[in-house]
Amino acid sequence: MIEKALEGGKKYWTLIFVLLGIIGIGVIAYLKQFNEGLTITGLSRDVSWGLYIAQFTFLVGVAASAVMVVLPYYLHNYKQFGKITILGEFIAIPACIMCMTFIFVDMGQPLRILNVFLHPSPHSMMFWDTVVLFGYLVLNLVIGWVTLGSETKGIAPPKWIKPIIIISIPWAVSIHTVTAFLYAGLAARPFWMTAVLAPRFLASAFAAGPALLILLCLILRKHTKFDVGREPIQKLAVIVTYAMCINVFLILMEVFTAVYSGIPEHIDHLKFLFCGLRDAEGVMHASLVPWMWTSSILAIISLILLLVPKFRAREGLLVFACLAVFFSLWIDKGMGMIIAGFTPNPMHNVIHYMPTLPESLITLAVWGIGALILTILYKVVLSLRKQVEPTRYKD
Amino acid sequence: MSDRGKIVIGLIIFVLIFTLPMTYNMVAKNKAVGAPELEIPPEAGKECVRSTEYMRPFHMDLLNEWRDEVVRHNDRYIEGPDGAMIEKSLSNTCLDCHSNKENFCDRCHNYLAVYPYCWDCHTTPEETAQPELVVAQQPKEEN
Amino acid sequence: MGIDRRKFVKVASLASLGLVAGPPVKALANEVVKEAEHGCEGCQGDYLGAPRAVHPPKEAKRLAMVVDLKTCREHPDCTACIDACHLVHNVPDYPHPKDEIKWIWKEHFEHAFPEANHQFIEEHVKHSSGLLFCNHCDNPPCVKACPTGATWKREEDGVVMMDWHRCIGCRYCIAACPYGSRSFNFREPKKYFAEQGKKPQPDFPMRMRGVVEKCTFCDERLARGLWPSCVEACPYNCLTFGDLDNPDDPVRELLHHKFTIRRKPGLGTQPEVYYIV
Repeated sequence: MIEKALEGGKKYWTLIFVLLGIIGIGVIAYLKQFNEGLTITGLSRDVSWGLYIAQFTFLVGVAASAVMVVLPYYLHNYKQFGKITILGEFIAIPACIMCMTFIFVDMGQPLRILNVFLHPSPHSMMFWDTVVLFGYLVLNLVIGWVTLGSETKGIAPPKWIKPIIIISIPWAVSIHTVTAFLYAGLAARPFWMTAVLAPRFLASAFAAGPALLILLCLILRKHTKFDVGREPIQKLAVIVTYAMCINVFLILMEVFTAVYSGIPEHIDHLKFLFCGLRDAEGVMHASLVPWMWTSSILAIISLILLLVPKFRAREGLLVFACLAVFFSLWIDKGMGMIIAGFTPNPMHNVIHYMPTLPESLITLAVWGIGALILTILYKVVLSLRKQVEPTRYKD
Repeated sequence: MSDRGKIVIGLIIFVLIFTLPMTYNMVAKNKAVGAPELEIPPEAGKECVRSTEYMRPFHMDLLNEWRDEVVRHNDRYIEGPDGAMIEKSLSNTCLDCHSNKENFCDRCHNYLAVYPYCWDCHTTPEETAQPELVVAQQPKEEN
Repeated sequence: MGIDRRKFVKVASLASLGLVAGPPVKALANEVVKEAEHGCEGCQGDYLGAPRAVHPPKEAKRLAMVVDLKTCREHPDCTACIDACHLVHNVPDYPHPKDEIKWIWKEHFEHAFPEANHQFIEEHVKHSSGLLFCNHCDNPPCVKACPTGATWKREEDGVVMMDWHRCIGCRYCIAACPYGSRSFNFREPKKYFAEQGKKPQPDFPMRMRGVVEKCTFCDERLARGLWPSCVEACPYNCLTFGDLDNPDDPVRELLHHKFTIRRKPGLGTQPEVYYIV
């Protein structure tokens, strides 16, 4: 099956080489980090997690969102999703790998990463997160490969795969819940210590993931003549709409609790995000303010475009809505969530954090790795489909 | 199969590249570099905590054992060969006798291309400040 | 009173050096300390500056520190404890705050004790500093967070330990610590020392890049019967270290007689560092 990735047109190879180039630059940046340490990033003892962990958090959501196509298709027998289910599952694979890579590049001693398994510590949420994430990757690899293989041979998937698919549904929910627990269990960080963090993570994941899937389907239609059809995309758009509504609702819950109670420990993080906060010397720190307002405005625009059925039905506007959802959540759930958790710090001081160039290049490269894997997987799917049903394609 | 030729050529190339270190040395008639000569510690004659036969292949295991006992179990002393208690310490016990790290530890490690990370943190006597300095910087007095 | 405080401190620090300098010094120090202990009967409940025994308690079950900020803040420029700690533990003084490592440090009062601060707090308190370091919590959130067991609470005496051989540098413990007590090695300490032409102290290893470090109540010194370096270094005897499990220990006496506070007690971490403010 994988050999299909080795034959492709000019567009395909251009994409592959561009991605390889991005990855190559990032690898060089990573070698610098590997030799000099995390000092080349913008991180400090006060803001000790930043861009890398932000991407990790966001991408766990993207990985988990595969459940939004798996569940209707396998549990409710929703046939319309027949063609995109594998596409959804194949987003989860690179997303998981990117999560792991982001954890890896964030590590101070990456060569010791196996200590997590050599000295398992069930009291640590980090340990559980590693376990569920790894398990989810294996589940999706198995499910994707087996179902795709059967489809290629024109036979029904083997019976034993069904229970594995069923397990993958709660498992998807678990990966993002455990990732939320990673933050929500810390008494040290009042910004994260909220019971709605896991629900909020799930809602944002189920908005951002399907939004990405819609965008990918539309790209495939434009460039490869592979058309999933209008119906599943519209269905996905409805899922994005509901999930985004719930996500915005939950964020407003957070804002209300913090603002109305007025507890400095809670409200100051929001002040830092939306207004800026002064440090001990009276210097204003507002680096995230434009980002957070962009995120909020994008969220509002996306809701308007999604909630009005007339707008949602127009695919041109739907593209805008999906882009708005994706970037709004990427800002809010990534950088906003992580950095605001550390600002102000436990001593109620504001410490500046800004990602450096090498840090950004490494981040870009990890996204490149994800995009490369996704491209290859989609290429395999498309080639096999073409082979199975040649009459459906015009070329 | 028509691919047989390609596969055979591929295999040959693979075997050639894989055995290059051996074939190169055979063709160039290179001889193996002799085992490194270790300088006997200056304090030769003093007995080590274990025999040379044990230490040569297993010193790293002993050090790992000591490390865990000291760091994780606060078990810091061991009876030496002469019955006196000695500290389980690389820098402060092993290097007391084996003070010639370059000609003892490093020679063998370099020969075998192993780079133990011990020295990322642990120090040799030459690297560290003299004890007098510690005394000088003990509690400050006002005035 | 047979001995004044300053003289005592001098002798006590000599006494600890006695381990190195040889038995005569030690014996002499013991004599003086005995005298001092006797002489303190006149202290009348003023335990501040009470003489210290030669050695920290052996087989302590619950180690704790009492910091006398009242005395400490009289000497705002004194950094003896910080200097001593960072010297014996080979803590590098990186110029860029981004790379900073600190085991013990002074923090402005409003940042050290945000809950205790208010607008009209005593002037001299308002502008004073708190002395911060690892609280060696009874219920340490960092230990719960660590995915490899590289940091743990030592059962016998309650020290929150670090194993720099095992730490993978994920920094989850830093996120979990409510007191900001942990630092990360963003740079390679040995390389920095070499660049600066500084020589490390021989009795304690350095750390490698990429691991987290913090105060360990000088576990390596306790094992040799020495006081934590900060305790020993303080010229004003502001730091009292001992075993809370022993009702006769000076820390218990202090806590009994003086009003003390702890940092963020509401979190349930049960810090073992107490502050007389």
